[in-house]
Amino acid sequence: MKEKAMTTPEIRIDEADTTGVRPLLEIRDLAITFKTGSGEVQAVRNAHLTILPGETVAIVGESGSGKSTTALAAIGLLPTNGKVSAGQILLDGEDIAHASERRMIELRGNTIGMVPQDPMSNLNPVWKIGYQVRETLRANGKPSGPADVAKVLSEAGLPDAHRRANQYPHEFSGGMRQRALIAIGLSCQPRLLIADEPTSALDVTVQRQILDHLETMTSELGTSVLLITHDLGLAAERADKVVVMYRGQVVEAGPSLELLQDPQHPYTKRLVESAPSLASRRIQAAKEQGVEAADLLAPATEVQANDHILQIQDLRKVYKLRQGLGKSTDFAAVDGVSFNVKRGTTTAIVGESGSGKSTVAKMVLQLEKPTDGKILFDGVDTSLLRSADLFKFRRRVQPIFQDPYGSLDPMYNIYRTIEEPLRVHKIGNTASREKKVRELLDQVALPQSTMQRYPNELSGGQRQRIAIARALALDPEVIICDEAVSALDVLVQAQVLNLLADLQSNLGLTYLFITHDLAVVRQIADHVCVMEQGQLVETGSTDDVFDSPQQDYTKALLNAIPGARLMLPPEVA
Amino acid sequence: MVRYILRRLLQVIPVFLGTTLLVYYMVFALPGDPISALFGDRQPPQSVIDTLRSQYHLDQPFWVQYGIFLQNLFTFNLGNDFTGQPIAATLARVFPVTAMLAVEALIIQAVFGVAFGVFAGLRRGSWFDSTVLVASLVVIAVPTFVLGFVFQLVFGVQLGWAKPTVGANADWGNLLLPAVVLGLVSFAYVLRLTRASVSESMNADYVRTATAKGLSRPRVVLAHILRNSLIPVVTYLGANLGGLMGGAIVTEGIFNVPGVGNKLYQAVLRSEGPTIVSIVSVLVLVFVVANLIVDLLYAWLDPRIRYDQ
Repeated sequence: MKEKAMTTPEIRIDEADTTGVRPLLEIRDLAITFKTGSGEVQAVRNAHLTILPGETVAIVGESGSGKSTTALAAIGLLPTNGKVSAGQILLDGEDIAHASERRMIELRGNTIGMVPQDPMSNLNPVWKIGYQVRETLRANGKPSGPADVAKVLSEAGLPDAHRRANQYPHEFSGGMRQRALIAIGLSCQPRLLIADEPTSALDVTVQRQILDHLETMTSELGTSVLLITHDLGLAAERADKVVVMYRGQVVEAGPSLELLQDPQHPYTKRLVESAPSLASRRIQAAKEQGVEAADLLAPATEVQANDHILQIQDLRKVYKLRQGLGKSTDFAAVDGVSFNVKRGTTTAIVGESGSGKSTVAKMVLQLEKPTDGKILFDGVDTSLLRSADLFKFRRRVQPIFQDPYGSLDPMYNIYRTIEEPLRVHKIGNTASREKKVRELLDQVALPQSTMQRYPNELSGGQRQRIAIARALALDPEVIICDEAVSALDVLVQAQVLNLLADLQSNLGLTYLFITHDLAVVRQIADHVCVMEQGQLVETGSTDDVFDSPQQDYTKALLNAIPGARLMLPPEVA
Repeated sequence: MVRYILRRLLQVIPVFLGTTLLVYYMVFALPGDPISALFGDRQPPQSVIDTLRSQYHLDQPFWVQYGIFLQNLFTFNLGNDFTGQPIAATLARVFPVTAMLAVEALIIQAVFGVAFGVFAGLRRGSWFDSTVLVASLVVIAVPTFVLGFVFQLVFGVQLGWAKPTVGANADWGNLLLPAVVLGLVSFAYVLRLTRASVSESMNADYVRTATAKGLSRPRVVLAHILRNSLIPVVTYLGANLGGLMGGAIVTEGIFNVPGVGNKLYQAVLRSEGPTIVSIVSVLVLVFVVANLIVDLLYAWLDPRIRYDQ
C-alpha cells in the first residue's frame, strides 16, 4: 500500500477501464455552470466518473461540493439556470449531456431512475401513493394495473401494499415514504439508479433497513447505483467505489476501503478523520484537560457544589390527542424518565424521532410543564420556581437548537443577537456589553467584525457558532443542545464539537446533548441515556454503552451507524 | 363528511338572523319617510298615508316590524313592495338574470385567468409573462365604471359587436359584454394568483421527482403543477362568486341589466325595507353555500384537509 501511494498521483483514476467491460455511465471532463445575478458560477469542473454495469459508486462531499449537481446532470434535471458547459456524459456510449428533452423523457424512469433525498417533499401530497406509482409505470410503457402497482410497492418492502396504495403520502411515515420513492425509482427496472442522499432524513435504524433493502433489490436486478452522500462511512460501506468531490472538483476516487484506509488528498484525509461515523473515541484533548482541571479543583468544588447539577426524577409528559367531539386519548411522550447529570460533564440523550428526547429537553428548559415527576436544578425543584426565580434560572440554563437558520432572528445583526440576552437580564452598560460580545466572538473563533453582519450572510457553521456565543453570553452553567450539530456538514460538525469540548474544559460547562446521531454521541458524551418510545431503556457511561450494549434497541441503534463495521488502521481513526 | 356539511348548514341560521337584523335596522334608521317619498311633490291625504303606513306596518315599532318580516319569510310570503308588486315575483325575475351574469363572469375569469396564469407562471420572465403582468396591473388599476363605459362605447357602439345595453331580453349572448367587464378585475387577480402559485410549485421537489419518473411535460404540468396550484385559486374564486352576485351594481347600472344590483339600488333609494332585506337574505344564502362549496372543493383538491375529525 505504501508503494502504491508513492507511485500514484493524488488523483487515483479508476482502474476499471482496463477490465474491458464497457461502462454504463461515464462522465468525462464535465463542467456545469449556473447563471446567477452576479454572472456565471462554475459549480462543477473536470468531473470524472465511471460506473460499470451492476456497480455501486458513491460521490461523497459536503453541501456545495457539486455532488448532487453532477448526478442531476446525468438525468437531465439541472435547474433551469444551470447548464453543462463542457465535457461528456456517456450513457452506454451515447453522449446525453446535451440530449433533447424528448430523448431524456425516454431515458428517465426506464433507463435512469432516481430516488430523491427528502421523502417528505418528494411525493406529491395531493395524489395517492398508488397513483404516483401507476403514472410512472404507464409513462414508461409498463403494465400498470392495481396488481402491478401493489407488486412494485411490496417489492420495496411496504407491507399490505394493496391498502397502502390507496393512501396519501401524509398517511405514511418518513421511512414508508422513502420506500414508496424507492419503489417508484426502481419500478421500471432502470439500468442506473441515482440515489441522492436517499436516507439522510431518516432515523439510523430505518436508514439501515432501507439501504439494506435497496442493496438487495439493486443487486437482484443488476442495477448500477450512483449514490450521493455526505457521509463517508456510509459511502464506504455501501459502494464499490468512492468518488470524493470538493468545491466542484473530483479530488480523489478509488475502491472504497482502499480510499478510506489510505486517503491521498488532504481533503479526503480531513474527511476521514472527522467522519463521526468512523471516529471511535471521545474528543480527547478536551477530556484530558477537563480531567486535569477537575483533579485540581476537586476538593473545593465537591464541598460547595451539589455534584449533580440536574436530577430528573420519574419525569412524565402526557399529551391529549384529540379524536374529535370532545374525545381524546392520552399519549405519553415521556414516560417515567429518571437520570442525573453531573456538573461539568456531557450527558447525551439518544433515540429516534418520536422517542421523547426533545420533550425531555423542553421540560428541562421549562418550556413545557411536566405532567408528573421532578426536575431538580442544583438541588432546587424547578416546578416551584415563580417568575422572578424562573428568570434567574433561565440565565443559568441556555439552549442551542438544531436549526441555526431558524433560531437566529434574520432582522437582528449578530451584535444584537448576542447582546440581547445581556440586555434582557440588565447586565452591564452599553460599553461593557460590547466588550462581552467581542469576547464571546473570540471564544467561538469568529472575527469581531462579524458583529455587523446578518445571519443570512453567514454559513451554517458560522451561524451555529453565533448560537453558541449567544447561549454563552449569560455565563450559563448548563447548555442544552437539541440536535445542535445535526444540520451541519461533517467537517463543520467536527469543528463545532471541538469548540464545545474546549469551552467545556475552559468554562466548566455541563452539556445535555439531545441527538439521534450515535456517532456524535461517541465523540462528545461522557454518559448516554437511550430513549425508546418515551422510556429510558439504557443508561451508562459512553464507553460501557458502546462497548457492551445491554438492550436490543441500543444494539440496533449502534449497528445502524453507517461504517461502524468497517475496520480502520488505528492511525486514521 | 355529511355531518360536516350539516354542521356548516346549521351555521347559516345565526348568520342569517344576524345579517337580516342588521340590514333591517339600517333601513329602519334611514332618514326620511318612504311613504311620502312615493308621492313625490304631491301631498296625499293623511288618511291615505295612514292606510299605507299600517299596510306596510311602518307605524309599528322596529322589533314588531322585524318580527312580522321573519314570520312572513318563514311562511314563504314575502309580501308586496311599495309599488304593489309581490316581492317574491321580483326576486324570481332579477336573480336568474344576475346569476347568469355572475356565472358567465366567473367562467371567464376562471378559464382565462387560470390559463393565462399557468402560461405566465411556467415561463416566468418571458415576454408573455411581462406583457400579461403589466396588462393585469392596468386592469386592476382602472375602476370598473371606466372600463364599463369604455367597453360599452368601443364594442357596443363603435364596433357594434354587442348590444350596448341589455334591457329586458337578458340572455347569455347579451350578457357577455357586461360579464367581461364584471369579470375583468377578478380575472387579473386570478391570473396573478395562479402565476405565483404555479411558479412556486414548479420548483417543488415532487415536480422534479415527477420529471425524473419519465413523465412527459404536459403530464407533469397537468397532474403535478396545476392541481397543486389551484388550491388558493379555488378559494379566491369561490369567495368571489358571492361578490359577483351582490357587487354587480355598477356594471348592471351601466349596461342596464335588470338584475339584483339594479333592483337593490332602486330599493335602497326608496327605503323599501322588505325588498332590501329579502334580496340580502338570498345573497347571504348564496355566500354561505358558495363558501361551503369552496371548502368541499378544497378538501377534494388537497387530501390532507379532512373535516370529519
